[in-house]
Amino acid sequence: MIHAPQTTDQAVDIVRDNVAHRRTLGIRGGGTRQSLGRDVSADDELSVAGLTGITLYEPAELVMSARVGTPLAAIEQQLLSRGQMMAFEPPDYRAVLGSDGVPTIGGVFATNASGPRRVVSGAARDHLLGVTLVNGRGEFIRAGGRVMKNVTGLDVTKLACGAYGTLGLMTEVTFKVLPRPAFERTLLLQAESLTDALALMTGALASPFEVSGAAFRNQEVLLRLEGFPNSVDYRVGALGKLLGRQARTMDGEESTAAWQAVSSLAALQAPSNAEIWRVSVAPSKAAALLEQLPANCRLLLDWSGGLVWVATSTPLEDVLRPAAKKAGGHAMLFRASADRRHTISPFQPLAAGNKRLTQGLKASLDPSGIFNPGKMYEDI
Amino acid sequence: MTQIAFPVPDPSIIARRSEIIAGLARLVPPECLITEADERRAFETDALTSYRRLPLAVVLPRTTEQVAAVLRYCHEQGVYVVARGAGTSLAGGAIPQEDAVVIGISKMKEVLALDLPSRTITVQAGITNQAISEGLIEHDFFYAPDPSSQLACTIGGNIGMNSGGAHCLKYGVTANNVLGVTMVTITGEILEIGSDAMDSAGLDLLGLVVGSEGQLGIVTEAILRILPKAEGARPVLFGFETSQQAGAAVAAMIGAGIIPVAIEFMDKQAIEITEAFAHAGYPLDVGALLIVEVEGSDAEMAATLEAIVAIARQHGVKVIRESQSAQEAALIWKGRKSAFGATGRIADYICMDGTIPTGRLPEVLKGIDDIVERYGLRVANVFHAGDGNLHPLVLFNINDPEQQIKAEEAGNDILRLCVEVGGCLTGEHGVGIEKRDLMPFQFTPVELEQQMRIRAVFDPKWLLNPAKVFPLDNRWMPQ
Repeated sequence: MIHAPQTTDQAVDIVRDNVAHRRTLGIRGGGTRQSLGRDVSADDELSVAGLTGITLYEPAELVMSARVGTPLAAIEQQLLSRGQMMAFEPPDYRAVLGSDGVPTIGGVFATNASGPRRVVSGAARDHLLGVTLVNGRGEFIRAGGRVMKNVTGLDVTKLACGAYGTLGLMTEVTFKVLPRPAFERTLLLQAESLTDALALMTGALASPFEVSGAAFRNQEVLLRLEGFPNSVDYRVGALGKLLGRQARTMDGEESTAAWQAVSSLAALQAPSNAEIWRVSVAPSKAAALLEQLPANCRLLLDWSGGLVWVATSTPLEDVLRPAAKKAGGHAMLFRASADRRHTISPFQPLAAGNKRLTQGLKASLDPSGIFNPGKMYEDI
Repeated sequence: MTQIAFPVPDPSIIARRSEIIAGLARLVPPECLITEADERRAFETDALTSYRRLPLAVVLPRTTEQVAAVLRYCHEQGVYVVARGAGTSLAGGAIPQEDAVVIGISKMKEVLALDLPSRTITVQAGITNQAISEGLIEHDFFYAPDPSSQLACTIGGNIGMNSGGAHCLKYGVTANNVLGVTMVTITGEILEIGSDAMDSAGLDLLGLVVGSEGQLGIVTEAILRILPKAEGARPVLFGFETSQQAGAAVAAMIGAGIIPVAIEFMDKQAIEITEAFAHAGYPLDVGALLIVEVEGSDAEMAATLEAIVAIARQHGVKVIRESQSAQEAALIWKGRKSAFGATGRIADYICMDGTIPTGRLPEVLKGIDDIVERYGLRVANVFHAGDGNLHPLVLFNINDPEQQIKAEEAGNDILRLCVEVGGCLTGEHGVGIEKRDLMPFQFTPVELEQQMRIRAVFDPKWLLNPAKVFPLDNRWMPQ
């Protein structure tokens, strides 16, 4: 059965009913990221699309709260009207995942989805201040709050962020917002090799010039600088001198569009049957990992080389999983058929101790395994 | 006379003291084990000095493996364990108990790896916060979170409490600047949580561990995000007639899209106490003072400061002092950084740490004044204005037991007020024992039980730092 509650109270009642009857529940937001992780086959489905509305916005306090089904676009529109933004730059994966529908704020935090500015501003989880959720005992839990600094008790907020709906039904999120930069400019530099590209990106981020994006695609390195126009002018000049390389520049909307393309993986969208891997490693370890890839892969690097996107027409798990593990990172099978996402774990398998804790945490919030069963791992 | 209860020491542990010490002596070299009462006394309290308990023994391991061996042993023997960094907790987070072994990480202070291209450093958890940044000076990098105790406090303690500091407004707190930890569980298992990559597979165990106050395990190593130093930094000091004007100026700066690196606030009482001690040249004819720091090139700082000064003028600023040199900048910060120490010279104090929505600042400041007056005490307010993290210092005389009780009660009332206006009990110091019994003001019984269920995943027998964070009654344990 598909539930579509229109109020938080209705959603809580549905969860409690499912808990009482031990019926599993698949959680759905706008459905735009539904193919991340393993497909869930649950007894019932709960759509949060009806749980909408910004419930708090205090621009001078840099904070907003919204019900989880609130469309991301509505939030961004509201923030834009006051010259603000979510600094972690939530990405839109609709085109690359072949999904349609409306991305929701709940989906952003449930998947800890963070865009190019993550490299300086932190991930979605670093901006989430509080959540309310219903756990697998049907209990209503408030975690965190609405203030910027809060170390009261265990950080259940961070635990819920990026849990893909496996620990409970989030009903409302409260997050930090920041002023939108007045101006942005992107430098584009030709890279001679992957090693050269990595050196340019890491060199730029090690400079004092506040680079807010460092990506590589189509043989070009993109470096973004943001702020008041005079400041950007100065820093672009100083950075150019430091890197000692010819660069062309893009300003304003053109620059924004280039970073949206990076964030939404535009370069890897076609062909749609290619598998896409998302590999997270320290930038200094990216080169060794990239060397092991077959020549026919297509690449996009973000986060200064700390986020490696690989599009491939051949299975790469036997290369990427050990390579990512060796580098201390992890490889996620980001786009693949449902079959493939069931055959091999879409998320890097966990070390034994971490796995046991993860299972324990799942049981502590959702003892009967009601929510999104098997979404992240077979038993999580 | 003190009010916060400790659990009754377990006589069966106390009775086995020599046996337990003999067991520990088999696990670590003699210089890493402290058993004499005189030497244990150095570990009986932390910065919440009105509470003290002599621990059963103190172990100061040199390696993660030694920490694991000691924890495994304590787990087998059912002995309580209290983790300790430098013992600078204002919340009593490191205060031991008579039936507990203290595991101190102060001998583990090496830098293990520096990776400038990835902007990370790997350290042992006993290194001091300041030593990390000092070691990075030659590379023009720094580690951002800067608690006032940074000279002494360890990164392990910072991780335990999710510490903040004056510069969090721009750079975030500890949780935002830690990428990975090595943590030993109560059973002696060594786990790698997070890594030097920017995210990890699975649930955010790291987010849970940071700020868990030594209740989930003992962190022995950490991988930290480090940042390139700005070209320059410059503080400017603003004096306002009233706290309201200062608060409105802060809101207007943020509303104008300016996020300085730090915005620090001091009220009249704090200014007077500090100036008498530090001679920082603070104006004494104002009701409130802001220190606003900006970063960048000279031209950038000049432009930002111009905008900030204009906003301050619109809010009736009375005194403006810009720093023209590194010496002047240091002097402006000297006053703020010595505020707690200066206060300690004239009176005993308890330092509160509530956070409030910044829009409620004027009414909360008024409320704090009223509370303190009701108890016949004095208060000095020093805090991080940009993020609403208040530090009212409630002054009292420790030799007057009645006054100490009043100070604690006034502090509790202040924190209740913070929660009532939508804030929280603690912004960066942690719950410890100090705010443990106030937790039911912020959380429902169901919420506390959920947190305890999570805690139990790591330490089902409540052996790790058991007197802290959760009220002693109604503790949840697995059946």
